[in-house]
Amino acid sequence: MQWLRYGYRIRRSNKLDRSREQKLRSQHPAILLGFREAILSWNSRRRVKTREETMDEGVVVGAPMGHEAMCSNGGAVDEPRRPPTSRAGKGAAGGELMDVEAYAALYTGRTKVARLLFIAERCGNEAMQLEALRMAHDEIKKAEDSHLHREVTAKIGGRLGPRYALDQSWADTVDRRADVRKEKLENELNGYKTNLIKESIRMGYNDLADFFYDHGQLGDALKNYVRTRDYCTTSKHLIHMCLSVILVSIELGQFMHVSNYASKAEQTPEQLDLVTHSKLRCAAGLAYLETKKYKLAARKFLETGPELGNNYTDMIAPQDVAIYGGLCALASFDRTELKNKVIDNINFRNFLELVPEVRELINDFYASRYASCLEYLEKLKPNLLLDIHLHDHVETLYTEIRHKAIIQYTHPFISVDLHMMAGAFKTNVAGLEKELKALITDNQIQLQARIDSHNKILYARHADQRNATFQRALQTGVEFERDVRAVLVRANLIKQESILKAAKKP
Amino acid sequence: MESVEAVVAHIQALSGSHEEVADLHSLLKQSEGALRSRAARLGPFLHQLDPSAHTLGYLFLLEAYSSRPISRELDEKILPFIVGFINSCSAEQIRLAPEKFISVCKSLKDQVMQLQVPIRGITPLRTAIRKLQTSSEQLTTLHSDYLLLCLLAKFYKAGLSILDDDIFEVDQPRDHFLYCYYGGMINIGLKRFRKALGCLHNVVTAPMDALIVIAVEAYKKYILVSLILNGQVPPFPKYTSSTAQRNLKRHTQPYIDLADCYATGTFSELEACIQTNLEKFQSDSNVGLVKQVLSSLYKCNIQRLTQTYLTLSLQDIANASQLKTPNDAEMHVLQMIQDAEISASINQKDGMVSFHEDPEQYKICGMIEPIDSLIQRLMELSKKLSSLDEQISCDLAHLTRIGKERPRLD
Repeated sequence: MQWLRYGYRIRRSNKLDRSREQKLRSQHPAILLGFREAILSWNSRRRVKTREETMDEGVVVGAPMGHEAMCSNGGAVDEPRRPPTSRAGKGAAGGELMDVEAYAALYTGRTKVARLLFIAERCGNEAMQLEALRMAHDEIKKAEDSHLHREVTAKIGGRLGPRYALDQSWADTVDRRADVRKEKLENELNGYKTNLIKESIRMGYNDLADFFYDHGQLGDALKNYVRTRDYCTTSKHLIHMCLSVILVSIELGQFMHVSNYASKAEQTPEQLDLVTHSKLRCAAGLAYLETKKYKLAARKFLETGPELGNNYTDMIAPQDVAIYGGLCALASFDRTELKNKVIDNINFRNFLELVPEVRELINDFYASRYASCLEYLEKLKPNLLLDIHLHDHVETLYTEIRHKAIIQYTHPFISVDLHMMAGAFKTNVAGLEKELKALITDNQIQLQARIDSHNKILYARHADQRNATFQRALQTGVEFERDVRAVLVRANLIKQESILKAAKKP
Repeated sequence: MESVEAVVAHIQALSGSHEEVADLHSLLKQSEGALRSRAARLGPFLHQLDPSAHTLGYLFLLEAYSSRPISRELDEKILPFIVGFINSCSAEQIRLAPEKFISVCKSLKDQVMQLQVPIRGITPLRTAIRKLQTSSEQLTTLHSDYLLLCLLAKFYKAGLSILDDDIFEVDQPRDHFLYCYYGGMINIGLKRFRKALGCLHNVVTAPMDALIVIAVEAYKKYILVSLILNGQVPPFPKYTSSTAQRNLKRHTQPYIDLADCYATGTFSELEACIQTNLEKFQSDSNVGLVKQVLSSLYKCNIQRLTQTYLTLSLQDIANASQLKTPNDAEMHVLQMIQDAEISASINQKDGMVSFHEDPEQYKICGMIEPIDSLIQRLMELSKKLSSLDEQISCDLAHLTRIGKERPRLD
């Protein structure tokens, strides 16, 4: 058992007592935080890094505001956080409202309209609502969907003036045009079917499906896209079909289809070009997100290459990839994975550039600056609640992240003063105590600790393996004895009963 | 038809060796009818026979004598006969006619119950059981009667000596139910809840073709005792008969509601639930147990607190387990410390309770004893189990059944 004792000694020597830490903290902040880094990373078996090193890796040349902004954010300041570049930053800080126009500029196609409508529905602000509806209306007028037009004008309800009222004539023209086109397409398709040329049948179905999609009949669109499957000859066709199906399924909310077709497309024997690859990964990640498999979703988003660029704006913007990937990773990865896959990930860094808050928040979490990390999260929250895919997962992800932060905070210490911890997590001692109690009693979360309610200290508790083994062994023995006795009695009973039955028979 | 005198003469003559006793036995069986018809007059003849030497004959006569409907003044007379007989009879001769012996003892039990002095029947019955049993692991019909008398006399400790024997052989499956049920009740009376749970568990999981009322009653008590002990009711194990699984829950609905209320953990809800079902509990005479369930709710809550906290103020304990004042909390904690259910210390100056880890370190020599004896017992049990397994595999009925099924599998 030598190694056991040795390991025990090592662990003991790595623990810091809180009072000692306070003394050291006043003298050598950098050393101490480096120490804490060392302890946290010892368990991940990596070499010790100092705080400055980890900071440098997170900061990239393109956004020099990182370091200063972090320092200035030490207090409770909520200045607007617009990056110096002219790229539209998604989500402003603090009390400022989201810039609807900038947000909508990130997307094209039907998803733009859908997102604007969602924002209009969910936000509480009248001005923002009208803005969103106005933009949605403009967008719809460019397209050919008369149902959506009716819907939006009903929602506007005349508040924006006569230009945004129901344009019946336009709607009628569109409908008539649609009918004509539909007939034409169907006739063409029938013609192709009689000719039995695979390629033209496929094109015919495709055109029909595109038509349905433009007019908002998503169910029919999906059906027709799926029908083209039988006529796909090259893998290029297959990929095109998969991508179209994915697009329609996402809008319909059928995420099973999305993951099926994404994996189908990835399995084609031909080498995919990088853009398609990224698109498929995004789609798969989105499907996992919606089915609450956050770890897998995070992995998929992190694998998305920067080639995605603006190629997939009819479904997802690169800012979204950063946000979804970052949050899911924070909520579900452990420290090693977080370091390897997120912080050290060069590809993903490009995405994180677009949303500097998420980058800062991940770095803060890794460097144990929980107060500022949680502050960033709170700032992002109102905008995330308006996101069409993320809104119902925001609460879960946030609670997960908070729990992970608490566990990580207490991990290196034998004892933690609850007042300091409450300060770090921006809550009061009573609330913190309740949270800790819930975490300890919940067996899923491995917080092995006990609370000293009198002195308000949290003590780590490490299970004594030897005692536990004895207890378990004795318990098993007793249970075995009881069960075997019962078995013997029951066997006897059954035997007697069968003898009786046999005796009764003549 | 022989006259009684002739029978008596035979008895006296033929009670020597084994073969003679066997002859006597067949003779007696033939003259049973005669004896019964003259039952009333058998009293004086009993004096002529010596119970220890002429046990078999005495037994037949006694059985005939006591089997007729008895009036009160005659009870008094018969009782000492029976008691004297039981005390001095010889065990091998009894085993030749066990049913007769059992019926004699049953009539003893009826008489003491009628006379409302169950305590008089306890010692004789215990001797009777010991004499009737071929081994201490055998269950006889008398066991349940004996336990019933102990219960009625509230003389629980007497039942303990019989209960502590492990039973492995059962002659009549019917006896088993009553025995386990009464055993459970005696253990509850002695507050040995773990053993009680074991007994009641046996009743509930015994093989049953048709639903037995005893099992229903036993299940009700089982729910209550498992709530007191563990705070939850375990689900039916796999080997419970399907009849039991389907029907027991239907007949015990108020208790299941009680268990659900208990799981939520609030005191007021539990009280309300008990109030609504009070008449049903009273009709089943389970009110005492139900009250114990109520008080055990506090214990459950406090024990959960020991897992989370190192020290906790009495006020917080009172809040967390819905007690009214910190003084109540202190009383409960004190009680639990005394009962060794938790290990803690109360600091009255600050009003704080510190919970300690389980002090058992398993390091002292005293630990070796229990572990060793447990291992020995388990080894014996395993041997028994494997021998039982061998027996069943070689059993004719079993083999024919397997043989029949095999062509179907092929």
